[in-house]
Amino acid sequence: MSDIKVKTAPVLGVDGRSAGHLLEIENLHVEFRTRDGVAKVINGVSYHVDAGETLAVLGESGSGKSVTAQTIMGILDTPPGFVTNGSIRFRGKDLLTMGKDERRLVRGEGIAMVFQDALSALNPVFTVGFQIAELFRKRRGMSRADGYKRATELLDLVKIPAAKTRLKDYPHQFSGGMRQRVMIAMALALDPEVLIADEPTTALDVTVQAQIMDLLAEIRRDRNMGMILITHDLGVVADVADRIAVMYAGRIVEQADVHALYGKPCHPYTLALLDSLPRLDLKGQELNTIKGLPPNLLRIPSGCAFHPRCRMARDICSTQRPALLELGGVRSSACHFAEELYGRE
Amino acid sequence: MSSPEVATPTAEAAPMPVTPAVVEPAPRKDKPRSLWTDAWYELRRKPLFVISAILITLFVLMAAVPQLFTSADPLAADLNRSLTPPDFGAWFQFGKQGQFGFDLQGADIYARTIYGARASILVGLSAVIGNMLLGGFFGILSGYLGGWTDTLLARFGDIFLGLPFVLGALVILSTFAPVQSNPSAFRITSLVILTFIALGWPSFARIMRAAVLSTKQLDYVHAAQALGARPGRVIFRHVLPNAIAPMVVVGTITLGAYIGAEATLSFLGVGLRQPVVSWGIMIGDSRQYMEAAPYMMAFPAAFLAIAVLSFVMLGDAVRDALDPKLR
Repeated sequence: MSDIKVKTAPVLGVDGRSAGHLLEIENLHVEFRTRDGVAKVINGVSYHVDAGETLAVLGESGSGKSVTAQTIMGILDTPPGFVTNGSIRFRGKDLLTMGKDERRLVRGEGIAMVFQDALSALNPVFTVGFQIAELFRKRRGMSRADGYKRATELLDLVKIPAAKTRLKDYPHQFSGGMRQRVMIAMALALDPEVLIADEPTTALDVTVQAQIMDLLAEIRRDRNMGMILITHDLGVVADVADRIAVMYAGRIVEQADVHALYGKPCHPYTLALLDSLPRLDLKGQELNTIKGLPPNLLRIPSGCAFHPRCRMARDICSTQRPALLELGGVRSSACHFAEELYGRE
Repeated sequence: MSSPEVATPTAEAAPMPVTPAVVEPAPRKDKPRSLWTDAWYELRRKPLFVISAILITLFVLMAAVPQLFTSADPLAADLNRSLTPPDFGAWFQFGKQGQFGFDLQGADIYARTIYGARASILVGLSAVIGNMLLGGFFGILSGYLGGWTDTLLARFGDIFLGLPFVLGALVILSTFAPVQSNPSAFRITSLVILTFIALGWPSFARIMRAAVLSTKQLDYVHAAQALGARPGRVIFRHVLPNAIAPMVVVGTITLGAYIGAEATLSFLGVGLRQPVVSWGIMIGDSRQYMEAAPYMMAFPAAFLAIAVLSFVMLGDAVRDALDPKLR
């Protein structure tokens, strides 16, 4: 690809001032107003990503990691979902307050997204080539032939063999891994600066997972993109992420450098997650699990949301919600005993 | 996993004929198939579809060029031959008349039956297309926008849906074209069509709305939005083509029902009337002569029944072909 963008961090905002990070989410609150009540799905999430860096957002189902991504993309179903507070700044401009048309242009060109299940994320009634070429025709004003040419290049880029002939295929004619590559090609079509990958490998089998993760990492490196990788798979994260944010019940409970987090988790939830990984040296034994269930978002426990399942829970945990405590560097943890955990050997 | 991701494309895309991956990328046997080509492939092998398609083609041909089937004038009446029974000797002899006999006015029943197809097909087809356009439009609107628009349109549609079909049609038609009046062929035909659309669109809108509701939640609609597609593009490219199948099926079946309904209204005297030639009118005219001249009713009634049946059968076949779960 000839048109690799060279980006430098920190990014300059529209007004020329340093605008901090490329994409910055601050104090985001989202709630789902359902018949049974208001589910507080995201309760003050802040994270950021810079050009050329990969942030992994880790969490169980229902922890709010995907909803955060949907909110960034502006594809949150409203109703029932409502953003009640916070800001999402892309290059210093708040996406939540900008006009509809302006925001539409950010999608695809500024921030793009790779969906979890590529079969359902591609339109079944059009060929893959048509769908990609359409992007170029509508957004870049290209002719039909040029659009197809660029589509071929993109499929080549994501390493789909015989790209030219496969353009004429429908999504269901691709295998799972190939389909996810098509999805990635589509997300890359308009040269986004940030790529959000929402569990891109969950629907794939293990060998293909690794290939797709490698591809994503390679593209991120080549294009110096910022990437937000949403996953619940600790194994996937370790190799590709620079930083990790662990989410629980709509909050970030721990944020750290990938090595620091794996080396010394400073939140009991992260600790429990890592403990529940299958380990070779404990072969034959029962796996560790986190007892209990993720909290019902209609009734989030008082104090620290994790306290009913926490091994370290004490009285204070059920009454007082711990703030996200800075532990030096990019480390932070929302636990009353974070410093204790941080200081341990 | 037996074959890794780098498998040859031909091996991956060609499950049916095991053609070895030849160097020459000759026109591939298994051309990529969309839902519609797939459905067409499925349909061609269904006897039910083939029979109904042949019959419908015949009816459409009758409607378009009745001169192909008869040289007689359906409106020419000669009282000298009033109530002449069918002349079976004249069958399969072009140029002869009276194959189906002559009616009270001495008009050729065969010619009138052939010409009657035009009114039925015209009314049925136009009403269904009108319903699809209007109902489809409102269905997309309420399904995609939801909220207040949805509620308002749904309640508005309920008003029409609450009216029994025949009663509603009777009220509308007898208001705008009283039984004693003598409207032109164009006026009465369009009135009947508009009546069917006015009473039918809410059911089409409901079907479309349901399909849109389920389609708009799918990932590829979100994906299109996430890539910055305008609402119009999302609706016409992504939602509509994936939500239209149920309406096509219902439309085909309804077409048969509308042909029947047109005949019913014409029979009752409020629908089509002279100078339009229609099976319903013919059946209506014949009812007092059932015993003396059963052929006056038998032939148009048979054509009507076969036409309705063909469209219902076609609708069934199309539904089976478009719903992969039924295969």
